[in-house]
Amino acid sequence: MPDTKIRVLVAKPGLDGHDRGAKVIARALRDAGFEVIYTGLRQTPEMIAEAALQEDVQIVGLSVLSGAHMTLVPRIMELLKKQGQESVKVMVGGIIPDVDRPKLVELGVAGIFGPGTSTTEVIGHFERAVTAAPAEG
Amino acid sequence: MKLAEQVRSGEILALSRLLTLIENDSPEGQEALAELHASTGRAHLVGVTGAPGTGKSVLVNRLTQHLRSLENPPRVAIVAVDPTSPFTGGAILGDRIRMRDLSGDPGIFIRSMANRGALGGLARTTSRMVDALDAAGYSIILIETVGTGQAEVDIARAAHTVLVLEAPGLGDAIQALKAGLLEIADILVVNKSDLPGAKRTARTLRAALKAGSSEADWNTPLVMTNALDGEGIPELAAAISEHQIHLRQTGGRGEKDRARVIGEMERLLLYRLTDRFKAAQIDGAYERAIERVVDRELSPLQAINELLKNSS
Repeated sequence: MPDTKIRVLVAKPGLDGHDRGAKVIARALRDAGFEVIYTGLRQTPEMIAEAALQEDVQIVGLSVLSGAHMTLVPRIMELLKKQGQESVKVMVGGIIPDVDRPKLVELGVAGIFGPGTSTTEVIGHFERAVTAAPAEG
Repeated sequence: MKLAEQVRSGEILALSRLLTLIENDSPEGQEALAELHASTGRAHLVGVTGAPGTGKSVLVNRLTQHLRSLENPPRVAIVAVDPTSPFTGGAILGDRIRMRDLSGDPGIFIRSMANRGALGGLARTTSRMVDALDAAGYSIILIETVGTGQAEVDIARAAHTVLVLEAPGLGDAIQALKAGLLEIADILVVNKSDLPGAKRTARTLRAALKAGSSEADWNTPLVMTNALDGEGIPELAAAISEHQIHLRQTGGRGEKDRARVIGEMERLLLYRLTDRFKAAQIDGAYERAIERVVDRELSPLQAINELLKNSS
C-alpha cells in the first residue's frame, strides 16, 4: 500500500539566532501531517542544499530574519538547481521588504510569508504547491 | 540510465529518490531494489539504540567523524528514525541538528525517517532503505532507532552490531534489565561520562552484564564515552571493529544475515497477506466482523476464523 507524506526541510540560514518562527512553523506542519526535517540555526546555503538532497524533500522552508535574504536565498536556489532539484519548492518566511518580493518571485521562490501570517495559511499554501505540480519521484 | 544503475554508480540524487520510493512502498522502488539485491551484503550494519536523551545522535555524529578521520576512511551512511505523531501522522525529524559537523563530506550520507506508526524502534521500511544504501557502496551504515527505551528489539534483527546507550541519571540499571536492552547489546556504551554517577552506572551495568550476554562466545564490552568532547570514541570504534572481525571469524555474520532475512520476509509476508486478505473480502464482511466483535457477539479470534473459513 503506497504511503506518501509531504517531506519538508525547515532551515534557518544565516547568523541571526531567532528560531522561534521556524519552530512554530515546524510544529504546525507536523500537526498538519507533514514530515518535517528540522536542521536548526546557522545553516550555510551549502548545508541546506546538502540536507535537501539527502532527504529528498519536496519543499524547503527558509526562515530569514537577518535581512540577508537577497544573498542567501539566490545562493540556495542555485545550489538546488545545480544538484538537479529545480522541482523543489522554496518558501521564505521572515522579514522581507516589499521591494525584494518581486525579485524573489522572479528567482522562482514559491511563497513568501511575512510576520502575522497564520499557520493555516502557510500550510494551505504548502499543500497546494506540491499537489498542483507533483514533483516526479 | 535506469534508477538501479544510477544508484550503483553513486549518484546521490538517484539514491535519495530511491529511498523515498522505498519508504512510500511504490512499485518503482520495489523493482529497483530487486535489481540491487545482488549488490547488497557488503556493509557492516551498526544499530544505535537507547532511551531518549542518552545522546544517540551526538554519539553518531562523533563516531562518524572519527571513522572518517581514519587512514582508509569507510564511506558512512546514517539512517535516523524518529517517531511519527500518532494523532496527526506528521513528524519532526531533528537528528540532523546534532550532526552538523558531518556536512560537506561527500563520504557521508544522512537520511532521516519517521517510523510511520511502526512499533519496535524502526519503521517498516528501514531495513529496505539500509539495503539500498548498502548497494550504493556505503561500507558502514549506522541505524539510529527511536528513543523509546523499552521496545527497540527490532534493531537486534536489523543490525550486525548493536550499541546500547545508557547515561547516568536516567533511572537505575534495573530499568535496563527490565527493558531487555542488555540482552541485545553487542557493545554497551555509558555516555555522558563526565556527569556525576557515570562510574556508578557503569559498575552496576558491568555486574548485570556478567549475568548474561547476547552471544555465548562474545563478552559484551562496556565503553565509557563523552560524545560531546569525543572522549572514548576511538575505543568505541575499536570495539565495533573487533565485533565485526569476531562475527566474520565465528560465522556469526552469516547467522545474523540469515536472521535479518527471516525477519524481513516474515514482516513482508504479514503485510502482503493482510492486504490481500482484506482486498478479497466481499462487500464489507471485514467491517461487519469488526462490528460484531465490538458488540461482543464474537471474540476477535472467532471473527478472524470465520472470515478465513468463508474466504478459503
